[in-house]
Amino acid sequence: MAKQVVKLSKVVIRFAGDSGDGMQLTGDRFTSETAGLGNDLSTLPDFPAEIRAPAGTLPGVSAFQLHFADHDIMTPGDAPNVLVAMNPAALKANLKDLPRGADLIVNTDEFTKRNLEKVGYSSNPIEDDSLDAYNVHAVALTSMTVEALKGFAVSKKDAERAKNMYALGLLCWLYNRPSQGTLDFLRSKFASKPDIMNANIAAYEAGWSFGETTEAFSVQYEIAPATMPAGLYRNITGNPALSLGLIAASELSGLPLFLGSYPITPASDILHELSKHKNFGVMTFQAEDEIAGIGAALGAAYGGALAVTTTSGPGVALKSEAIGLAVSLELPLLIVDVQRGGPSTGLPTKTEQSDLLQAMFGRNGEAPVAIVAPQSPSDCFFAAIEAARIAVEYRTPVFILSDGYLANGSEPWLVPDASTLPTFEPNFATGPNHTAADGTEEFWPYLRDPETLARPWAIPGTKGLEHRIGGIEKADGIGTISYDPDNHDKMVRLRQAKIDAIARTIPDIKVDDPSGEAGVLILGWGSTFGPIGAACRLVRTAGANVAQAHIRHLNPFPSNLAEILRGYDKVIVPEMNLGQLALLLRAKYLVDIISYNQVRGMPFKSDELAGVITDVLESL
Amino acid sequence: MTTNTFPALSLVPKADGPQSAKDFKSDQEVRWCPGCGDYAILSAVQSFLPDLGVARENIVFVSGIGCSSRFPYYLDTFGLHSIHGRAPAIATGLASSRPDLSVWVITGDGDALSIGGNHLIHALRRNVNLKILLFNNRIYGLTKGQYSPTSEQGKITKSTPEGSLDYSFNPVSLALGAEATFVARTIDSDRKHLTEVLTAAAAHEGTALIEIYQNCNIFNDGAWEPLKDSDTRDDTMMRLVHGQPIRFGKDMQFGVTRAVEGHIKVVEVSSVGEEAILRHDAHAKDPGLAFALSRLANPRTLQNTPIGVFRDVERPSYDRLLREQVASVTEKKGKGDLQSLLNGNDTWNVS
Ligand SMILES: Cc1ncc(C[n+]2csc(CCOP(=O)(O)OP(=O)(O)O)c2C)c(N)n1
Ligand code: SF4
Ligand SMILES: [Mg+2]
Repeated sequence: MAKQVVKLSKVVIRFAGDSGDGMQLTGDRFTSETAGLGNDLSTLPDFPAEIRAPAGTLPGVSAFQLHFADHDIMTPGDAPNVLVAMNPAALKANLKDLPRGADLIVNTDEFTKRNLEKVGYSSNPIEDDSLDAYNVHAVALTSMTVEALKGFAVSKKDAERAKNMYALGLLCWLYNRPSQGTLDFLRSKFASKPDIMNANIAAYEAGWSFGETTEAFSVQYEIAPATMPAGLYRNITGNPALSLGLIAASELSGLPLFLGSYPITPASDILHELSKHKNFGVMTFQAEDEIAGIGAALGAAYGGALAVTTTSGPGVALKSEAIGLAVSLELPLLIVDVQRGGPSTGLPTKTEQSDLLQAMFGRNGEAPVAIVAPQSPSDCFFAAIEAARIAVEYRTPVFILSDGYLANGSEPWLVPDASTLPTFEPNFATGPNHTAADGTEEFWPYLRDPETLARPWAIPGTKGLEHRIGGIEKADGIGTISYDPDNHDKMVRLRQAKIDAIARTIPDIKVDDPSGEAGVLILGWGSTFGPIGAACRLVRTAGANVAQAHIRHLNPFPSNLAEILRGYDKVIVPEMNLGQLALLLRAKYLVDIISYNQVRGMPFKSDELAGVITDVLESL
Repeated sequence: MTTNTFPALSLVPKADGPQSAKDFKSDQEVRWCPGCGDYAILSAVQSFLPDLGVARENIVFVSGIGCSSRFPYYLDTFGLHSIHGRAPAIATGLASSRPDLSVWVITGDGDALSIGGNHLIHALRRNVNLKILLFNNRIYGLTKGQYSPTSEQGKITKSTPEGSLDYSFNPVSLALGAEATFVARTIDSDRKHLTEVLTAAAAHEGTALIEIYQNCNIFNDGAWEPLKDSDTRDDTMMRLVHGQPIRFGKDMQFGVTRAVEGHIKVVEVSSVGEEAILRHDAHAKDPGLAFALSRLANPRTLQNTPIGVFRDVERPSYDRLLREQVASVTEKKGKGDLQSLLNGNDTWNVS
């Protein structure tokens, strides 16, 4: 029976199930096949902090949302068109996000009295009329999987566990995704367990055939490839992209990469990724705590490595004193903060942008550091290279402010040509840089480059450059201990001036305003780039004008920012915090900012931001 | 690159020519209180460093915070005066990434055992190629005289006018418990012994902890006096020498023996006979006896205090293992190619 094929331009699917149901894997596989088909896409994993909360409960629900389209898209989608709910908890936790008329695929086997009671359903929503607003496909996923695996040498439990592959097969049929990648993946993942491998493959194929034969699904969908710039693509999430950026920076500068780190969600994957690439000379050190992680990195920086420490907000709090030391020593150091919900332990697996002020000011004394924030998962790669360039050229700690959404969200990436990436030089000190009054040649560790104000990077092992540095204030130039009031005043200003000088090497910020007539600017930083961009499209499609600009360098700000801010009647700054960038902008530029804030652990929805913009436009 | 006579420093470039203590004195004015034990240690280290025979520019001293941690400023080597307690962590990154350096850590009893306790124990168990000199004056010197983790219980200080309540650490016991491969103790005023211990530490591959009993004549004067006073020291302190019977006393009348119950104790040699006296074995795989020796001293009277090398055993250093892992992965996979790394294994083409 040939089914009707309907062409769609975009779809948002959310897979939701118990933490043990393998929803992240299912989502990843669907994403991979979708990427391979050439659709543009964006993903949003959303999982609990607990590894396995009690089965079937609301806290145990794990979800993965994927937005894919035949055109370029900027967000994982506001609301799903399709929800796959593997159990009542998944249904209950996600139904509120589902618009009327959406497709709902439910695993009926899990809708038992006990499971329903666990999440407070007094009657079965599949059987009463509570789901009438949706297009419900009730599918007995578990029992059909078990049925399909009869005769396979796996336990009933293992057979049941393969239901995610059955669901994946069904969805891949429904959206016409290829199977080869998933089959290859299963073969390599379970290479050492052939029975499990065969069962998963069979479950996947059974799910696919079910779609083709059942009357429960009368249409199959097709989403044509998006037109994207020509080239080689891969799909990438933020943490691996950042890791690759660090390795690239190491190659581009010729400096060995050293990572000192202590595991913390959502940053640990950078440690995992980098530890896989020892054949690039990468040294990874899992320290006893965050302080040791940055300490070791700083020691390696002193020795001439491209040194990095990776963490999340709570770890940055512990590293503060060592960051201050790095400011005083004026050594290159990258501090990667993959932000998560705070304060304290907060929401470990959710996203937030609330460490900006911590990065900016979270140290004793006047301790300025540079800050760079990537704006999309793949941009983490370029942000890492840019941060490394600044650190090395200016001998300074540099923050990279990523967040949980960038870290785990994915998008297609036009793989850059390594030979076109910008190189930068460590320019280690090699000999004396000062002549004493009596004519002897000496080395002064705090004699600055007049252009950058950076001090020399004189690494141990360089003859004639023996010198002592430390956290006690140093005399300008000669670098010996100094308690002199005027010297301290000068050094404080010099350290600030050095960071300010970085602005000369930062590209001007660009405003996107197709009309050229917008009176309202919407300005963001970090991971809000996608939702803001999508919101601007909605507003423009509706016929209004709005300008968008995004700040990548948060300290120092790009030189033309003041001028841009002055050019608009109203400036809206949406942030996933209570207005941290807004505070900096108001303080520095004395401008009125409309600060729009949400701290829900989730990225902004574009229609909500579009509403905010529209309200402001209407108030003009 | 030529090598030198210390096998543990085989990767460190050798000095061009002979060096003297003078070469290791920096031009900075030393600012410790007159009479401070730190002077003697500095002078001993300056005289000892030329013996290493390595290039001065390949020696790095890393310190934390405290009077003792000012030490690097006074040596004409590379020096990094860091933050309170963190020197072992910083030195770990430096030593792990630079096998061509001889890395030394200077720390105090507060720096190493209070704020930096965590880093100290982990450096010891990892066996990073570091030599840690712990200046133990049983007091916080730089902050003007509060009790420290090595102060005897009941210590009257500014912060404990009624006497301190907490029991003290024994740094040697702590280090042995932390899987250290080299643990020694020496005294600021005994230059010869200090130099011997430094030499043994320099020859050791991996982390060496050297506890140096140091006098703070301002805030804790005489803390180690029973071990220094010529009237008392011989009967109070034993010198551990590998392979030698553990005996001490003005007339070598005391010795360490194993009691029937299994523990060790100090006895009059004449009461048990010479054969019953234990021989010191610094290379023993099992740290049990070294630990037992570290427990003999009375923390208050200092009676039966051993000095010397308690333990010196071989275990590959962390930095060597790190380098070997990088080398073996590189050999297996071939040197990394950036473009293929960026490509990954799951790509598609858009034309
Ligand atoms: C983070 C931090 N906390 C506290 C201090 C204050 N402080 C400086 S030195 C010191 C104790 C030093 O004692 P010790 O390590 O025994 O060194 P000593 O001065 O006795 O050589 C303290 C508490 C500091 N510098 N930094
Ligand atoms: S306070 Fe004590 S330890 Fe510090 S310099 Fe003076 S005598 Fe030495
Ligand atoms: Mg002390």
